[in-house]
Amino acid sequence: MPVGFTVNGKPVTVEVEPRTSLADCLRDKLRLTGTHLGCEHGVCGACTVIVDGAAVRSCLLLAVQAEGSDIVTVEGLSQEEGLTPLQTAFRKHHALQCGFCTPGMLTTAHALLSEEPNADEERIRSVLSGNLCRCTGYIPIVEAVLEARAAYRKADKP
Amino acid sequence: MKPPPFEYCAPGTLEEAVALLAADPGARPIAGGQSLMPVLNFRLASPSMLVDLRRVPGLNGITTGADGVRLGANVRWRDIEDDAPLASAHPLLRAAVAHVAHYQIRNRGTVGGSLAHADPAAELPGIAVTCGAQIAVVGASGGRTIPAAEFFTGPLTTALRGEEIITELRLPPWPAPRRWGFEEFSRRQGDFALAGIALFYDEDAQGHAANARIGVIGACSRPHRLASVEGALNGRVIDDETIAAAASAARAAVDPPQDLHAPADYRRALVGTLTERALRAAAARRGG
Repeated sequence: MPVGFTVNGKPVTVEVEPRTSLADCLRDKLRLTGTHLGCEHGVCGACTVIVDGAAVRSCLLLAVQAEGSDIVTVEGLSQEEGLTPLQTAFRKHHALQCGFCTPGMLTTAHALLSEEPNADEERIRSVLSGNLCRCTGYIPIVEAVLEARAAYRKADKP
Repeated sequence: MKPPPFEYCAPGTLEEAVALLAADPGARPIAGGQSLMPVLNFRLASPSMLVDLRRVPGLNGITTGADGVRLGANVRWRDIEDDAPLASAHPLLRAAVAHVAHYQIRNRGTVGGSLAHADPAAELPGIAVTCGAQIAVVGASGGRTIPAAEFFTGPLTTALRGEEIITELRLPPWPAPRRWGFEEFSRRQGDFALAGIALFYDEDAQGHAANARIGVIGACSRPHRLASVEGALNGRVIDDETIAAAASAARAAVDPPQDLHAPADYRRALVGTLTERALRAAAARRGG
């Protein structure tokens, strides 16, 4: 069945089976392979995308359920002029190694800081507990997110 | 890890949704999907059709008033988190919901979905049973309300009929001075609890506990109250002696499952420890 939504600012219509997850739709139909699929049952967080402003697991959402939604994937975070402050902080703090979990870390942290630019370390750790990383451990990731907060606070001001 | 094929529809009214479910015994409702989707991905269920409730109006409300707290079936965990009046209208509910899953799941998971899924370790069913809540449902022959104590009949099993849809959870009024505690233990943050305890009591003029309620999750096949522990609390001052007696009664009152995650004895010991912690937190806490 056809389903229409906006992905990274661009309206798209795709033909999917009802059972197609949003993750598979993004990866296979729209070739947005930045969204990674790890566990496919809502545990690892690698497939996190932002739907109508809220970070969600795209393996636990059917593409047809996202009809009419505004979706942002990791591809939608970066800008023409280069990396975002969050991505820059990830590079600076060595917050990624193999990179598999990174799209989910970035989308989750971006959604969090967009809503809560003053999130403290405890809050950040609690939110990121839904994303598994098997390489770096979490200390550099948390450091990167803490540092990126400043940019979100600036963006908040009119 | 892909679901089996199914039909999908997203009706615009509750009546339509019920009619679709009634017409096809293999059809199942879906809301946030945070419990159902893993079940589908593992192919533990293969419904012929999913009836999405996302367009059904009137299921998104949170109301607090003299008759208690009402949560619409499509209310998400994060809506409960963000609802400021709930902090005083039902602090036990807020505390329990803070333990539900992870950030991303909290953005989608719903009240109705958690109740219908009926995981024995889930927080909301435990709160519903402990508080004596009513669950409002609508089916082909109209609406009915089911007491939470009769709603959960076993692991992932409820009193819902095939075509019935949960519309609302109704929690009884919460007196402001009521003392309460919620404690659960899981190996990692956001995991299902190996055991959890929800409890509350009021105090009479002499400082004795009254109307004590205590419910268990995780260490059971369905959430249930521990009547013997309630008996050990009512009429007593909640001091070290009462707490020790209550913890001992709680250990004796549960029949925990044994599985990969923990032996039954471990869960039984946890129930005692969590009862003690919850009672200490309740005794130290002033009102809401």
